[in-house]
Amino acid sequence: MAIFSWPLPADASAHGPALDRHLLLNLWIALALLALAHLILFAGLLARRRTEATNLWRIEYLPLAILGVLFASLTIKAERLWAATRYTGASLTALQVEVTGVQFAWYFRYPGPDATFGITRPQLVAPGEGNPLGLDSTDPHSADDEVTSELVLPAGREVDLRLNAQDVIHGFSIPELRLKQNAVPGQAIHVHFTATTPGTYAILCTQLCGLGHYRMNATLRVLPPDQFASWLASKQKVATP
Amino acid sequence: MNPIQSKDFFKSYIATTDHRTIGIQYLILALISVAIGTLLSLLMRIHLVWPGWRLPLHGPILPEDYLALVTIHGTIMLFFVLTTAPQAGFGNLILPAQIGARSMAFPMLNAASFWLTAVALLTLLSSTFVPGGAAISGWTAYPPLSAVPSAGPGQALGMDLWLISIALFAIASTASSINTLTTIIRNRCDGMTWERLPLTVWGWFTAALLSIIAFSVLLAAILLLLCDRHAGTSFFLPSGDLVNNVLHRGGDGSPLLWLHLFWFFGHPEVYIAILPGLGLTSMLLANFSHRRVFAYRTMIATTLLIGFLGILLWGHHMFVAGLNPFASSAFSVSTMAIALPASAKVLSWLATIWRSKPTYKTAMLFSLGFVSLFITGGLTGPILAQPILDEYLHNTFFVAAHFHLIMAMAGVFALYAATYYWFPLLTASRNHPGRLMSEPLGRLHFWCTLVGAYAVFLPMHLTGLAGEPRHYAQLTGVPGPGGALSPTGVLLSRTIPLNQFITYAAIFLATAQLLFLFNLCRSLRKGPFATSNPWKATTLEWHPAMNPFTPTTASDTPAVTVHRAPCHYQSTEPGREMGDSFFPQWAPDTVVQSTIENTADTKPE
Amino acid sequence: MPAIITPNKTDQERKRRLEDHDGGSGKRPPTDKRTGGGGEGDNWNDRSHGRRGPYERLRRYRMGIFFALASDLMFFVAIVSTFFVNQSASRLNAFNHFEPTWVPTVIPPILWLNTAVLFLSAATMEIARRTMFRETDVMDEWLGLGKPITRRALPWLSATIALGLLFLTGQWIAWRQLSVQHVLFSSSQSSHFFYLITGVHAVHLFLGIAVLIAAFTGLYVSRQLETRQILVDGAAWYWHAMGLLWLFLFILLAFFQ
Repeated sequence: MAIFSWPLPADASAHGPALDRHLLLNLWIALALLALAHLILFAGLLARRRTEATNLWRIEYLPLAILGVLFASLTIKAERLWAATRYTGASLTALQVEVTGVQFAWYFRYPGPDATFGITRPQLVAPGEGNPLGLDSTDPHSADDEVTSELVLPAGREVDLRLNAQDVIHGFSIPELRLKQNAVPGQAIHVHFTATTPGTYAILCTQLCGLGHYRMNATLRVLPPDQFASWLASKQKVATP
Repeated sequence: MNPIQSKDFFKSYIATTDHRTIGIQYLILALISVAIGTLLSLLMRIHLVWPGWRLPLHGPILPEDYLALVTIHGTIMLFFVLTTAPQAGFGNLILPAQIGARSMAFPMLNAASFWLTAVALLTLLSSTFVPGGAAISGWTAYPPLSAVPSAGPGQALGMDLWLISIALFAIASTASSINTLTTIIRNRCDGMTWERLPLTVWGWFTAALLSIIAFSVLLAAILLLLCDRHAGTSFFLPSGDLVNNVLHRGGDGSPLLWLHLFWFFGHPEVYIAILPGLGLTSMLLANFSHRRVFAYRTMIATTLLIGFLGILLWGHHMFVAGLNPFASSAFSVSTMAIALPASAKVLSWLATIWRSKPTYKTAMLFSLGFVSLFITGGLTGPILAQPILDEYLHNTFFVAAHFHLIMAMAGVFALYAATYYWFPLLTASRNHPGRLMSEPLGRLHFWCTLVGAYAVFLPMHLTGLAGEPRHYAQLTGVPGPGGALSPTGVLLSRTIPLNQFITYAAIFLATAQLLFLFNLCRSLRKGPFATSNPWKATTLEWHPAMNPFTPTTASDTPAVTVHRAPCHYQSTEPGREMGDSFFPQWAPDTVVQSTIENTADTKPE
Repeated sequence: MPAIITPNKTDQERKRRLEDHDGGSGKRPPTDKRTGGGGEGDNWNDRSHGRRGPYERLRRYRMGIFFALASDLMFFVAIVSTFFVNQSASRLNAFNHFEPTWVPTVIPPILWLNTAVLFLSAATMEIARRTMFRETDVMDEWLGLGKPITRRALPWLSATIALGLLFLTGQWIAWRQLSVQHVLFSSSQSSHFFYLITGVHAVHLFLGIAVLIAAFTGLYVSRQLETRQILVDGAAWYWHAMGLLWLFLFILLAFFQ
């Protein structure tokens, strides 16, 4: 496992280990097929000349059938993993956080005690005045919304992220949580996952979004549940004086 | 030799409708493009590992410069090298000869296509010099980044010029494909049935069919994008889109629509780039092994199948782009399916050279290199075809390694093989026979390029697995809190050592190509003259009547008739020396022919 | 028992070894389809090599136009699919329900007249095309006995050009009628498509008129009968394709918004 798992960053999500195992399986199979094919190539080139092969079944169809079965089983296994994370929505008890990508920063919004996100309007966007998301102050639900530039999540609890983009297509990616999803303007896209290990992780933008694409990074801090609760409480105290 | 008058020069080299000259014009355009594209990629690699390096006469490479390099590199390589050289360049040069035709179906359209392509290239290159610079949205030009002129530097005039350039290219390419298709269908000589067509022709045929279907969709998408940019429409812009403090108040469009239209073109495009190479590899392996292509009819079927399936799997570029997850699964299945005809081709190549003790001419070496690189690059395809894995690997350097191994390396290896192989036909003229390129230089070129290719792109898989994203103008110097490296900085810094190695390897790889240029230029003037069929090939382009040097007038040109499929070499008993007997397609039937044993394709030839 | 028993099958089935495609009449010599058919290698009629039939060039140009039209069809397919995708766009409204945002653009009634004009032009075009191939006239013209084909085809060709220009004028009037009502290109999603679709089709038709004028000129200038036939035939096929396309686009704009 060493050669391939070495470059992979340590995984900190619930669905990550299965993904990693499947990825490593695929990589080893690819390496094995690569070696086998090159072995046959070299063997064929180095061996003495003989009359040409004729058996279409043994040389073409049988290996194709084997490869077909191999690829089909890999696909089925992969589809099961994909379905597990993507086909269904988040559970109703998941923590809701909204992510907004703008050129060139990520903003995160927590709905606050009323568990409802306030309305945002693009006309009200004023990052210089502390309102990067355009929160509408006339909406009663906006008052307790907490906007941060750092994503803080509790360990062990499912999180439902709602991805927005204000201007261009951005790619929201947390490699160490094996998470990636584009944020498309005009669409609200949901992804759900569970972070398992407390720590600090990198959030990257992975869809070319302009000049500052390379520095559109953020930090994910995963805290033990009690520390997360106190962090959230301290933030809300600031929000509702 | 009489000095060429300027009027003759213009007529025979510029305003010509002769397909061979037009083919060479395309190849020269592609050569210039590949030199520019390689230089740009070198600048990118150098900047990534030595960000402070100053480009002479320019200064340090700023993020907008880097992204402009990315955009122009991708565009120029994919369009002006990999779509022109195999299909239009070598196609024009060799296709009519391989099917026994005197010319392409529409010679004037052919010339017009070339000049339109040249104008497109000039338009693209000119975008570098306009205010704002070249576009920075990559060769994929996703809106709204590409739809709003204020979304970034170079997205105003630079982006418009990019769009116009590609639109012109699309028209030229479609016209050229119409020519190719009509030529193959209608201009074949007597006896050249569909089953006797060389696999290169099948490659050109399928690629032309794909071109006809795909480029128009790109043209439509570009038209819609230009409307969004200049006519106030909202095909790709959602209402409420706020870019650089400018609010879009118009209708509600969808950026995802561009992705669908673009990738509906974009995926067949990469098959257009590789299909001629696939056919050429089969033919060259057979030629130098003195063997038939194993499972010829299956190879024809797989070529067509790859073409057909290639239209159905564009969504695998969009697994995490906001597609319905069920759609992702469907595209995943069709993408996996195309692995099978591709594997069939690999098996056929391996079977063709199996125990054949081939002659290792440079063209053969490059064909073998194609096989190796195609296998390596192709095997990461099924990995990327699974959405759950693509979730991690999308837009990382793993993807870049995958497509560079197949397109940039295998595709270019096919072009090298074609150049070394068809050099005698390229250089033959009325006054002198064709020349050969130097074999020792060619072998050195091959080994350096093969080693360089693997040295550059194998480690790239590892940096991609480590999470290194594409299109990052800098891997270092991104500040974190308190001056320390942010988690992103830590993640990226882990990839720096490998990236340094890749850059050194890239410099080596690029330098090795100078060997090819030197060999090319020297052999054009001083290469040894070739006989009329130096590789003992069986395909029709080596017929004496197809060679411009053989002096024939129209009246005594013998009718070219084809009597058999290509690659009929006399089989040998084990232990005997490889016989010299081979039966070109044009040689008439003799009694000896009937002693050739039937291969798996048992229907009468 | 009758003295003579009449067998049921009096006509013996001829055994066919090679496909003759001659309907069993035996008029054509047997062809070896393994070599591409047509008996080309046999050279029964002592024709010069390289020419396989009287309409070799014509068929080549027809094939070129076929592929060009196929490509053009994909262009319109892309635009029409964009049309359908944009039609189904919807937004969350204030009540948190998805409501469609598509407001149809009513087509100006003159479009019906334009459609009729285009169909009429298709009819005249087809008559012109068939005139080019009337065998008796072809023989006369080829032998140099006057120019009956040109004489017969010219008025129909001119009529097609005139009707085509009439169609384009009518489209322009439709655009002006809409702009007077302040429905411009950028007014709404559906107006984008109305102008785009009619505009792109009009550009294609304009190109078609240019080709027709080229055919018209060719009838006078070109020296080979086959070239004149190719010009008119090519223009005709393109014209019919544009007419059919217009039918489809018109129905789309009129009934599917």
